[in-house]
Amino acid sequence: MNIFVCIKQVPDTTTQIKLREDGNGIDETDIQWIISPHDELAIEEALILREKKPNSTVTVLSAGPERATEALRMALAMGVDSAARLDIPDNSDSAMNARALSASINKLGPADIVFTGKEAIDDGASAVGSMIAIYLKLPCVSVVNKIDYGEDSITCRRDIGGGNIEVIETKLPAIISTQVGLNEPRYATALNIIKAKKKPIETITREELGITEANQKTKLTNFELPPPKQPCRLIEGSPTEQSNELIRLLADEIQAI
Amino acid sequence: MKILIIAEHKNGTLTETTRELFGLSLGQSEVHAVVHGGDVGSLTDQLGHLGANKVHLINSPSVKNHTGEVLEQTIVQLIQQLNPDTVLAIHSPLGKDLAPRLAATLDGSLATDCIQFTLDNNNLHVRRPIYSGKATAQVEFVDECLKVITIRPRSARPPEPDLSRSAEVIEFTVELSEQKTTLKEVIASGGERPDVTEAAIIVTGGRSLGSAENFSIIENFADLIGAAVGSSRAAVDAGYRPYRDQVGQTGKVVSPQIYIACGVSGAIQHLAGMRTSKHIVAINTDPDAPIFQVAEYGIVGDLFEIVPLLTEAVKKRNDN
Repeated sequence: MNIFVCIKQVPDTTTQIKLREDGNGIDETDIQWIISPHDELAIEEALILREKKPNSTVTVLSAGPERATEALRMALAMGVDSAARLDIPDNSDSAMNARALSASINKLGPADIVFTGKEAIDDGASAVGSMIAIYLKLPCVSVVNKIDYGEDSITCRRDIGGGNIEVIETKLPAIISTQVGLNEPRYATALNIIKAKKKPIETITREELGITEANQKTKLTNFELPPPKQPCRLIEGSPTEQSNELIRLLADEIQAI
Repeated sequence: MKILIIAEHKNGTLTETTRELFGLSLGQSEVHAVVHGGDVGSLTDQLGHLGANKVHLINSPSVKNHTGEVLEQTIVQLIQQLNPDTVLAIHSPLGKDLAPRLAATLDGSLATDCIQFTLDNNNLHVRRPIYSGKATAQVEFVDECLKVITIRPRSARPPEPDLSRSAEVIEFTVELSEQKTTLKEVIASGGERPDVTEAAIIVTGGRSLGSAENFSIIENFADLIGAAVGSSRAAVDAGYRPYRDQVGQTGKVVSPQIYIACGVSGAIQHLAGMRTSKHIVAINTDPDAPIFQVAEYGIVGDLFEIVPLLTEAVKKRNDN
């Protein structure tokens, strides 16, 4: 099988976000970059599937600036076969990202299955997986936390909120977006991280992908940090007094319970 | 401006989050709504009272138990016929799945999980959180194509229903092409408690609860006040709660009216997932816990002592 994985490099979850002076982006100095956590599940699932299907290869793709090669190297260290970086503008939106990813799958494919995380934790758009599917004219099952593999179809469980689960069967090829619970991503060993440093990473230019400015539909501007919070009002007294006072505040002042 | 609202419903009633969409500042727009699924006829009055001018009823059995693929084909056909400027949906599991499909199919622009949508003299202002709420940004639409926008639950107050208003009802018939996906089954395992992404009140427990059983303290209090039960990542990793309850950057991002954090220290990833809550209450033994930096009210104390007392205090008030 020809298995593809689309990943995004994002700031580590512990990052304190600082804004750029022009207010149209974040200050990237001192940021530790990681593979977006849901995309790690996508890589792991591709590796699990490769073990099940003989003669399969896993290709990992990431649209982003030069630094995104580090995320691709980590994917190589986890065990994928090859990696390519799609050199499109850094501030591209979901539509442009999905255009670039689908164009590269057309170029390197055809794909039998494509995995990607249900959302990237930087913009949290939860859009790229479904958009790739539309551009490739393939079915998509999103937010998947369990897969049973058949011959030319797969059965997926997807999280539809409130603890409810939808069971969807889809024909292959298909795009699957991954949710926590699907698997436990493996750690790359130190040895494999060193080995991955020597592996080639292809760069595909926007011209090769046919990406133009017209593919970008939205821009994010005027970034703001959340307003500082008022100091916390600590409720004093005995535990009973504290509890009664809190319920009084919630019921009478906020009028919410 | 012509706006199409994707309405969601449960047990014959519009969801609260759908009602909220009508509370956004929609200006002098022509407001259309679409409802799909079985037995949707009774919803048209409710939509009219909220301010819909026209309601498109998709009353087809094949759309009752639908896949995302069916809903996509259906709404795409409606949009092609109606030609709205903007499509509004809730950033719910359904809206999240549908919106990017619509934007990609119709070559429109997409903005998801928005917390502000203000239409003022045909000028549209849209903001969304970024980096899981560590910042927000304005969404600029580059061209005049169709805009598909999902709105985070609890970003607006639903309007008071105006019983004198009614909507024109239009039946919409779809012709579905061959499907690549099939819905086999829906497994309901959610129980009666509201989902954290839609609840008005959330009571969250951390790892200091110490076991899955001890979460009953949190559940008893939450059930009494109609709240959802949330969990920190540490408590999920420890196996005390299912992943679906996890609040934070790699779990659910929530924005309830009241967020009560019990024994949650407030790691930056957790704060990112809940800091836009309207009122935050923290209960923690450690007065230096970061959760107190975002809380409006705090109790420095042991949750095992305080939470049962809170439950008692609510019961007493309810009895009076």
